[in-house]
Amino acid sequence: MQALTAHLGRLKRAPEGFLQPEQIRAVASGRRGFLRSAFAAAAGLGLAGAAAAQSAGEGEDVILKPQPWATTLGQPVASHPYGQPSQWEKNLVRRESPGLTRVSAASVAFSPLQGMFGIITASGLHFERHHQGWEDIDPSKHRLMVNGLVKQESVFTMDDLMRLPAVSRIHFIECGANTGMEWGNVAVPTVQYTHGMLSCSEFTGVRLIDVLDHLGYDRQKGRYVLAEGGDGSGMTRTIPMELVESGEVLLAYGMNGEMLRPENGYPLRLVVPGVQGVSWVKWLRRIEVGDMPYATKDETVHYVDLMPDGQLRQYTSIQEAKSVITTPSGGQMLLDKGFYNVSGIAWSGRGKIRRVDVSTDGGRNWRTARLETPVLSKALTRFNIDWTWDGTPAILQSRAMDETGYVQPKINQLRAVRGTRSIYHNNAIQSWKVAESGEVSNVQVY
Amino acid sequence: MSRFTDIARVTAMRTCLSGCTALMFVVAPIAHAENTVTAQAAQWKGIGRPATPAEVRAWDIDVRPDFKGLPKGSGTVAHGQEIWESKCATCHGVFGEATNVFTPIAGGVHEDDIKSGHVAALKKPTEVRTTVMKLSHVSTLWDYIRRAMPWNAPRSLSPDDVYAVTAYVLNLGSILPDDFTLSDKNIAEVQARLPNRDGMTFGHGMWNVKGKPDVHNVACMKDCATEAKIASSLPEAARPAHGNLADQNRLIGPVRGVATIAQGAADKSTAGAAGGPAAAALAAGASTPGASTPGAAVQPLLTKGACLSCHQAESKLVGPAFKEIAAKYKADAKAPAMLAAKVKNGGAGNWGSVPMPPAAALNDEEIGKVVRWVLDGAPQ
Repeated sequence: MQALTAHLGRLKRAPEGFLQPEQIRAVASGRRGFLRSAFAAAAGLGLAGAAAAQSAGEGEDVILKPQPWATTLGQPVASHPYGQPSQWEKNLVRRESPGLTRVSAASVAFSPLQGMFGIITASGLHFERHHQGWEDIDPSKHRLMVNGLVKQESVFTMDDLMRLPAVSRIHFIECGANTGMEWGNVAVPTVQYTHGMLSCSEFTGVRLIDVLDHLGYDRQKGRYVLAEGGDGSGMTRTIPMELVESGEVLLAYGMNGEMLRPENGYPLRLVVPGVQGVSWVKWLRRIEVGDMPYATKDETVHYVDLMPDGQLRQYTSIQEAKSVITTPSGGQMLLDKGFYNVSGIAWSGRGKIRRVDVSTDGGRNWRTARLETPVLSKALTRFNIDWTWDGTPAILQSRAMDETGYVQPKINQLRAVRGTRSIYHNNAIQSWKVAESGEVSNVQVY
Repeated sequence: MSRFTDIARVTAMRTCLSGCTALMFVVAPIAHAENTVTAQAAQWKGIGRPATPAEVRAWDIDVRPDFKGLPKGSGTVAHGQEIWESKCATCHGVFGEATNVFTPIAGGVHEDDIKSGHVAALKKPTEVRTTVMKLSHVSTLWDYIRRAMPWNAPRSLSPDDVYAVTAYVLNLGSILPDDFTLSDKNIAEVQARLPNRDGMTFGHGMWNVKGKPDVHNVACMKDCATEAKIASSLPEAARPAHGNLADQNRLIGPVRGVATIAQGAADKSTAGAAGGPAAAALAAGASTPGASTPGAAVQPLLTKGACLSCHQAESKLVGPAFKEIAAKYKADAKAPAMLAAKVKNGGAGNWGSVPMPPAAALNDEEIGKVVRWVLDGAPQ
């Protein structure tokens, strides 16, 4: 403290006299005790903490006593040239599910849906799925080749692509295997692991159809597009030309106002709205127009849905309507009885969400939730509904309906048709049990 | 799904393979929806350039089901085995059986499957599905080995090597004999022997955006038919498997993460008071260590003081492991008093910048017990 005082005594005029970052940190380090009380108030420590943080009688210390953040000079601009989340938000990060995969370069990191708001996924929390690790490609050396049934097979640099007419659109991306661990029974504790292979971003790029039109693609024979990645896995998937002709498929370089993150395909990825994530080929290096599906590994051997009769559904793509309550959700604890804003997300690969209903009694009775705007096609839609918890056990569910009239099914309805071994495309209604203790856990009810 | 439907589909696929297109997908050119940004070919002059033939050859390496794109060449099963054992077996096992790193490649195929074109074992509720069981096109296997294998050195195999490895995998799968030489000349005959060549279906609504869903629910609102009991819940043993959920949730807001520690059944008394089957299971679990052990005796205090949100016995969580604390302060005579004060009043700086909040729910005697237990090495 003595050293600090000495420094303070030598303060010069601004701007040279601003406190150095380490001095500010010294002030804020807890030597003055403020972090202790702040942490206690913030953390709450379950059911007892909030009361404990309050001084007897007159009120709370955080109000009655001057707080360092209100009585010191804060940190200068651009202390973090690329901004960071608050130090108090370290719990909300991407995580692997232990035991799901054996090699982290061919694995999944799930988005922490349990702590997210609205419909946009912060880019640093976008889920990850790589088949051969991720690369950070030098964009000046990245090329997009378009070949096959086009009049002029061509090569584009990023400079070229970023000169072309751009569109920006908000869409969800969901791995086909999202919720795949739950086909047979409850297997994981929280919404991060049940539904976290899901993200939603604003993507900016060029419409693939514009590029194909420019190059003169064969509209009669060229009914399929092969997309190929530039990474070691050389990921390939077939996209029906009908989807491309809808104008929705993008050659995207932008995500949430900045360039794509390397883990999400920097500098170029395919965006295929409504279709499972594996088709959104990252590090996209080649588009081939062809007259038949390509039978790539990740559409005929993996990412195939095994039916009870032993048939493998190949080329499964569309993500059917689905929803999940994110607050409260599995692994959380309600702090008290009383009012709660039950909040969640709904989405459909076939268009807009029309309605979301919520049940608090395991599906016997339902109320229609408020849909927050914007409600966009093939994007996450946030829903909210009031709920007063009376302290008795409850089972929370949400049920989405999309603009085609399709209603999100129950897990037993899915199993009746598809069995329990298909791995992919589990869009069942999610059930969260709320115990009398307030603990929320993952359950399945029919 | 009738056998006749299957045959119709398979026929359609074969027709497709022999040149006709898109029979079973029923797609047709449509007008561009929301196509307001029309490409202006003239305006785009100078943007992009023609690809050279050499460039297309370098990158266009995909091999289709009709073998378009397949380079000429050949490879023997024996040569494939040599490559396999030096470059593939570490992950996939010498016989393609490994499950240590990736799912097994070979196995699960019966001779009858080669005749029927459908792997019968896929109908059984077996856990294991090998690549060879699922494989419907030999081109898929060839293409994938060529483009992505070996995993740590993709595209390092020559076309002849890829023929050899493909042949060896199919030999492991009991599809090709030991003395076989696979080549571009005979690969179509090998396709005709693939056990699961007809084991696929496109008869689902999830390929085309206008496809019809196969599962239906209705939006019942009142007194809907449900089954009262919970059909499945998280097994007790899986509770700590994803780490401490308290550390995976925000520190503010309407909820907190539940403390689920990796060791023992420490925090379960929190939920043990609740009713319902899940809570009953938790309560039962809480008694397993037995109250006679030192660990069991101190568990209620650790729960009451919310210690387990940040600490566990063996390894660092938010705060240091109890055993780390014991190791650091064991010989320090002043440690009990110092630690008791830390627990009582909170503290920061000894183990990192994250502050420890005061254990307001514990009295001095309880804090003393916890500190003694920690300094004893946090015994079970």
